[in-house]
Amino acid sequence: MREKKNLQDLNGVYVFNVAEREDLDRPTARLIKEFECIEEKFDNDIGSKYGILSGSRDNSLYSALWVAQALLRKGSAKTADKRMLLLTNEDDPFGSIKGITKMDMMRTTLQRAKDAQDLGISIELLPLSRRNDEFNVSLFYAELLGLEGDELTQFQALAGERLKDMKEQLRKRIFKKRKIRRIKFIIANGMSIDVDTYALIRPTNPGTITWLDSVTNLPIKSDRSFICTDTGALLQEPAQRFQSYKSEDVMLSVDELSEIKRIASGHLRLLGFKPLSCLKDYHNLRPSTFIFPSDEEVIGSTCIFVALHRSMLQLNRFALAFGGSSNNPHLVALVAQNEIISGGGQVEPPGMHMIYLPYSDDIRHVEEVHADANTIAPRATDDQTKTASALVRRIDLKDFSVCQFSNPALQRHYAVLQALALDEDEMPEIKDETLPDQEGMARPGIVKLLEEFKLSVFGENYEDNDLTIGGTMTEASRKRKAIADNATKEYSKYDWLELADTGKLKDLTMAELKYYLTANNLSVTGAKAALISRILTHMGK
Amino acid sequence: MARNKEALVLVLDVGPTMHAILPQIEKVCSMLIEKKLIYSKSDEVGVVLFGTEATENELTKEVGGYEHITVLRHIKVVDGDLLQALQNLPRESVDGDFLDAIVVGMDMLIKKFGPTNKGKKRLCLITNALHPIKDPYEGTKEDQVSTIASQMMAQGMKMDCVIARLTQNMEANKRIMEENDLLLRVFSNKSSTKTVYVESPTKLLGALRTRNISPVTIYRGDLELSPKLNIKVWVYKKTSEEKFPTLKRYSNKAPPTDKFATHEVKVDYEYKSIEDPTRVVPPEQRIKGYRYGPQVVPISSAELEAVKFKPDKSVKLLGFANASNIMRHYYMKDVNIFIAEPGNAKAILAVSALARAMKEMMKVAIVRCVWRQGQGNVVVGVLTPNVSDNENIPDSFCFNVLPFAEDVREFQFPSFSNLPSSMQPNQQQQEAADRLVRMLDLALLGKEEILQPDFTPNPILERFYRYLELKSKDKDAAVPPLDETLKKITEPDPEILFQNKSVIEDFRRCFELKENPKLKKSTRRLLKEKPSGSDDEREALGNGSDAQPMDAIEYPSKIKTEKIGDANPVQDFEAMMSRRDSPEWVSKAIQYMKDKVFELVENSCEGDSYQKALECLTALRKGCILEQEPKQFNDFILHLYKFCQQKDLKSFCEYLASHGITLISKTEAADSEVTEDEAKTFIVKSEQGF
Repeated sequence: MREKKNLQDLNGVYVFNVAEREDLDRPTARLIKEFECIEEKFDNDIGSKYGILSGSRDNSLYSALWVAQALLRKGSAKTADKRMLLLTNEDDPFGSIKGITKMDMMRTTLQRAKDAQDLGISIELLPLSRRNDEFNVSLFYAELLGLEGDELTQFQALAGERLKDMKEQLRKRIFKKRKIRRIKFIIANGMSIDVDTYALIRPTNPGTITWLDSVTNLPIKSDRSFICTDTGALLQEPAQRFQSYKSEDVMLSVDELSEIKRIASGHLRLLGFKPLSCLKDYHNLRPSTFIFPSDEEVIGSTCIFVALHRSMLQLNRFALAFGGSSNNPHLVALVAQNEIISGGGQVEPPGMHMIYLPYSDDIRHVEEVHADANTIAPRATDDQTKTASALVRRIDLKDFSVCQFSNPALQRHYAVLQALALDEDEMPEIKDETLPDQEGMARPGIVKLLEEFKLSVFGENYEDNDLTIGGTMTEASRKRKAIADNATKEYSKYDWLELADTGKLKDLTMAELKYYLTANNLSVTGAKAALISRILTHMGK
Repeated sequence: MARNKEALVLVLDVGPTMHAILPQIEKVCSMLIEKKLIYSKSDEVGVVLFGTEATENELTKEVGGYEHITVLRHIKVVDGDLLQALQNLPRESVDGDFLDAIVVGMDMLIKKFGPTNKGKKRLCLITNALHPIKDPYEGTKEDQVSTIASQMMAQGMKMDCVIARLTQNMEANKRIMEENDLLLRVFSNKSSTKTVYVESPTKLLGALRTRNISPVTIYRGDLELSPKLNIKVWVYKKTSEEKFPTLKRYSNKAPPTDKFATHEVKVDYEYKSIEDPTRVVPPEQRIKGYRYGPQVVPISSAELEAVKFKPDKSVKLLGFANASNIMRHYYMKDVNIFIAEPGNAKAILAVSALARAMKEMMKVAIVRCVWRQGQGNVVVGVLTPNVSDNENIPDSFCFNVLPFAEDVREFQFPSFSNLPSSMQPNQQQQEAADRLVRMLDLALLGKEEILQPDFTPNPILERFYRYLELKSKDKDAAVPPLDETLKKITEPDPEILFQNKSVIEDFRRCFELKENPKLKKSTRRLLKEKPSGSDDEREALGNGSDAQPMDAIEYPSKIKTEKIGDANPVQDFEAMMSRRDSPEWVSKAIQYMKDKVFELVENSCEGDSYQKALECLTALRKGCILEQEPKQFNDFILHLYKFCQQKDLKSFCEYLASHGITLISKTEAADSEVTEDEAKTFIVKSEQGF
C-alpha cells in the first residue's frame, strides 16, 4: 500500500475512518456512506500492492492483526463481544516468499493470532471467491483459526455460503444469547430442578422511539403528575385504587391488588402430562418461551430434564404446569422439542417450549354464534374434497420454513431510516417477499386444478358467488340492500347539480340528502352541514 | 333493550344429590353476577330452584302441576340482593324434575319479553340429571322435549346446560342417566343449547361462561386462493386474554361532605427538554426520533406516513405446507378463526372441502393477511383445519400468526446427546421417567380431561371478583387464601399425587439432586429476605451473574408456617424464622429443626436420609448465625455427635465431616465461644476421640 494510516505506524495497513468518530466506535451514518465509495477512494488515495512479496520485510497480515487487536483493546472483554472479520481472497498469503523468512513470518503471524484469541477476540475468516480455483483453507488459515479434523471439512463445505449468509443477515438484528431468568421447575414435592428460560421468538419492533423537540431536534423527557379531579390539587401517586361496584366505590390498596395476583411462587409447578392431541391449535395467547436445564446451582437438573424430555417425546405427551412469571402466572403446556440439525447448523435446539394456555373465559365460541340449530351445515362431498386435495398437493410450498420471509414493513422502515440518515434522495424499494407467487399460480397445471375446484364447489355460475343465496341473507344485509335500492330510485328524482349551484341543498331534509350519499356510496353519518359539505366535495365543488 | 343486554334465568337443582356441589354452584353463580354488576349493570336475571320442598311458581297457579319448583327471584336487573341470595342457596330434600324447571324458566322469559329480544334470552340449567322426569300426559318424553326445544327456538332463547356429576355420586341409576342424556341431546340438536358434562368442582367453575362479549369481525372479504378464485370469509378472534381490570387511582382530597366527588385522579404529562428542564415543549411540537447508530434521526409522523409500507387489504394464499413444518411453538399471538361467510352455502362448501382435504393430507395453508386498508404491516400466518363434529356448525380454519425472519433468535444450545454421561439418564432413570410421564396422566381414557383450558377458570380473576365482593361488605377485609378448588389449578391435585405415590417416590429415588458446592448461592438466597447486614455483601458477590434468580421461597404470605413438616423442612424453617409477628418463632423454629434433624438421623436406614439431614443442619447453622444464636447450634451439634457415637451412627459423623459442617466460630457470630481453629478441628478431634 502506498498510504499507511494507523496508530502503530506500520506499513501496509490502513485504518478506515471518517471525521467525528474514533477508530473503533459505533458505526455512524457517515462511515457507512463513505465506505460505500471505498473502491474509488482506494484506487486514488490508499493505493495497493499485491500480497507479501519476497525481499520485503513487511508482513502486512501480521501488521493488520496487530492494528486490529490494538483497536479492540478498548472496552472490557466481559461487556463486549469482540470479533475480527478477515476478508481475503488470498488463501496462501506467504506463497510468494520462501525459506527462513517465510517460516519466521508464518510463526509470528500465527502467534499474533493466538494472542488475540487469548484476549477473548474471536477471528472469523470470510474467504472471497477466486476466479480460478477454490479457496484452500488448509494452506494457512486453518492453523490460524485453530480448525482441526471435522471442523476443517465443515468449514470447507460452508466457506462459500458464509459470505452469502452474512449478506443475508445484514439487515437482521443480531441478538446475543441471553436468558430471561432462572426458575425452579418443581416436579414433585421436595424435588425441583433449575431451568433457564429464553425468548427465542419475539416480535421485533422498529426500535425504541426517542421523542425530540421538533424545533431544536433535542431529546425531551416526559414528566408525569397526578391531579385530583375534584379539587385540582397536585398529588403524589396514590396507593389506593377503586372500582365502582354495586353503585359504590370499593377501595383496594396497591398491596392488596398484588396480594390477589400472588397465587404462585414464581416457579414452574408440574401438574401432570397429557397427550399432544389435547393441545389444540387455538390454545395460544403469546409467543412461547424456551426452557433449557442448568446444572450451575443444582447438580442433576439436566439429567432429570433430559429423562423427562425423552419420555415426553417418545410417548407424544406434553407436560401441564402452572407458573411462568410471578405477576401473571398461567397454565402452560411444556412441549418437548427434539434437536433438529440441518446443513451442519442447529435449526431447532433441544429443550422444551412453554406455551401459554388460555382460560375458559379467554376462548370465544364464534363458530356457534352463526350456527343455526335447524339447518344442517353444508359439508363438502368426497368429490369436492378430492378436487381440493389435488389443489393442496399441487400448490405446495416445499420445505417451507417459518423464517423464510422478512417483515416487509420493518425492512421498509429500516431502509427509510437509512435513507434519511444518509441524506439519500431516493427512497429505496424493498421487495415484499410475502406476496404470493403470481407466476407459479398462473402455471397451466395449477390453473386447471383451480378451475376444477371452482367447478366442483361453486358450480357453473361462480360469478354469482357474491350474491348470497336467497333467503339465507341476514336481516341486516337485507335491510341495507333495500335502503340502497330505494336510494338509487329516489336519487334520480332530483337535479343535484342545480340544487348545489343554487345553494338549495340546505332546504332538503336529512333523508333526502342521504339519497345522494347512499347512491354514491358515501358515509351518511354526521350533522346536516357535514352531509352537505360531503356532497359538495363529492361533486368537486 | 341495549344492544348487548342479556336476560338470563338460572335454573338450579338444589335436591339432595346436589348438596355436595352446591358450594361450587354458589361460587360460579356469584361470579357471574359479580361480573355483571361491573360490566353489564343493566342485565336482568331471574332464578328458578327445583327440588324444593315447597312449590312457588306462576305455572302451578295457572295450570297446576310443576311441583317442587320455586322461583327464588323474578327477572330483574342485577343487584346485591340477588348475589346474597345466590351465595346462600337452600339445601332441599326433593329429587327435582329438570324439564319442568326449564318450562318454568321459559315461561318467565316469555311473560316478561314475549317474542322480542331474540338471541338475548338465555336459560342456564345446572343439575346432575340423575333423576327421571315425569311422563307426559300424551306422547313420549322425547316428543315433549322436542316440542319444548322448538318453542325455545321460536322464542329465540338459548340454553346452557351444565351437567355436574362428580365421581362420588355415580351410584345413580344408569338407565335413568342414559335416558336423561338422550333427552338433553335432543335439546342440543333442536335448539341453541350447549351441554357440558362436569366431573370436577374446578371444571364446574369454568363451565359457565361468565363473560358476555358479542364478537366483532376483524376482516370480512375474500380469501384469495388465486386472483381468479376467492372464497368469502369472515375472521374473528378465537382467543383473547381477559385482562386483570385496571382500577382507577383514588384521591382522598375531596372533603368527606362532598357527595358528588368523583375521587378520580387525572394524570397529566408535561414534556420538557432534557438539557433545559425549565423549557416546556407542547405535545404537538414533539417528533419521533429513531436511533441509527449513535445518531437519532427525527421522522415526523407525516413523513413516515408518506413513505411507510402500505399494503392493500387482502387475505392471500401463499401455498400449502406440511403440518410438521410448522412447529407448535412458532404460534406468536392469540388465535383467530376463519369462518365462511354465514349463509353463503358455496363459501361454506369451499372452506369445508379445503379443510377436509388439508386434514386428511396433514397439510396447513400459509396465508398473507392485511386485515384493514391502511394497516402498516402484513401478517403471515398459518391456517389449520378445524373440522366440526357438530352437524350444525360449519367447518372452519384456525389462524395463527407466524414469526418473520427478524423475530426468530437463533441461539445455539448444546445437543443432549453430547452431554457428559453424568448428565445423561441411565436406563433405570429413563424407565422411571417414562413411568412418571405415563402415569401422571391428566387425560385418562374414559374420564374427563383434567384442567382442559376450555373449562378452567382464571384463578386470579376469580380471586379478584370474590375479594371485591367481600370488600364491598367489609372494607377492612383481608385478601382470603386461594380457594381449594382453585388451588387445583396452581398446584398438583393431591389425589392424583396420592394415586401415583409409588411412581413419584420411585422417580425421586432414581435421581440425585444436590446443590453445587462451589456455588452456595441458592441456600444464601433462601435467607435473602431477612434483614441481615452482614450477609448482604456476600450475597452481592454471589449474585454477580446477570440472571437474577427468583426467590426460592416466595410463598404466599397468608400461609403462616407454624410447624416443620416432612416435605420441605428447610423451607418451613426459613418461613418460621422470618416470621415477625412474635419473637418466639425463632426459638421455636430452632427447637423444631433440632427435633427434625434428630428424627432424620435416628430413623435413617443405611444413610438414606443423611442428605436431607445435612440440608436441615446447613439451614439451621445459617439461621443460628443470622439470629446470633451460635450456642444453640454448637451445643446441639456436640450433642448430636455424642448421640451418633453411642447409637452406632458414626457414618453420619463422617458424612458431616466430608461436607464440612463445623461449629460456629467467633468470626461468624460474635457471641460464640469457639475460635475459628477450634471450629475447624472439632470434627477431626471428635472423630479421633472414639
